[in-house]
Amino acid sequence: MSESIKKFMFVNTKAPYGTVYALESLEVVLISAAFDQDVSLVFCDDGVFQISNNQNTEASGMKNFSNAYKALGDYDINKLYVEKESLEERGLTLDNIMDLTYEDEDWAEKPSIKLVTRAELADLMDEQDVVISS
Amino acid sequence: MAMLHTVNKSPFERNSLNSCLTKSKEGSSILLIEDAVVGALKGTKVADDLTAAIANKNVYVLGSDLNTRGFTEADILDGIKTVDYAGFVDLVAEHSNVQSWL
Repeated sequence: MSESIKKFMFVNTKAPYGTVYALESLEVVLISAAFDQDVSLVFCDDGVFQISNNQNTEASGMKNFSNAYKALGDYDINKLYVEKESLEERGLTLDNIMDLTYEDEDWAEKPSIKLVTRAELADLMDEQDVVISS
Repeated sequence: MAMLHTVNKSPFERNSLNSCLTKSKEGSSILLIEDAVVGALKGTKVADDLTAAIANKNVYVLGSDLNTRGFTEADILDGIKTVDYAGFVDLVAEHSNVQSWL
């Protein structure tokens, strides 16, 4: 079984709500979790807005799906890479990003968010068996 | 009467905000809606362009779309006014024409 585990990377590049890409990608990620694969997520370009803090859809009446990202840790999806340069270009810091965590084998709470540079991201993508961008 | 311009795409992904800023007349109004609201944030790479526009145009952002994406009036550039849906309707009614930059 272990031989069939592949490295899957989902690359999120679009802002949420304006188009359906962010929500659709999240659904595919949650499905992939059921297949015991080595899954990681990337948030770069406008994708960083998908996990911004304090999303409030009360006035717009849209479905707020940001809380679903908090469940990723429970599905053993705990490698969430956020591109540093994308934050900077948008006037953002990690303070604007949701505090997403997971529990390790000793039930210790650990951060899932990993800040990476553009160059580091290129290396990470190069290591993957499958890369799915949206 | 002046024209109202609406922009609905992120300036980090499309060029429509830049097209709007360069092809709108002084005294006209620009309303950022949907994914374009993130262009109103402080400290972005388009902040200088928008700040220049604020000097001679009225720039607005739709507050509900801003809140949806996790931001409030405190996060946007000084001089950009926040409107709600009723304010959006008022803007449409007050201007002679609406141009949607898609």
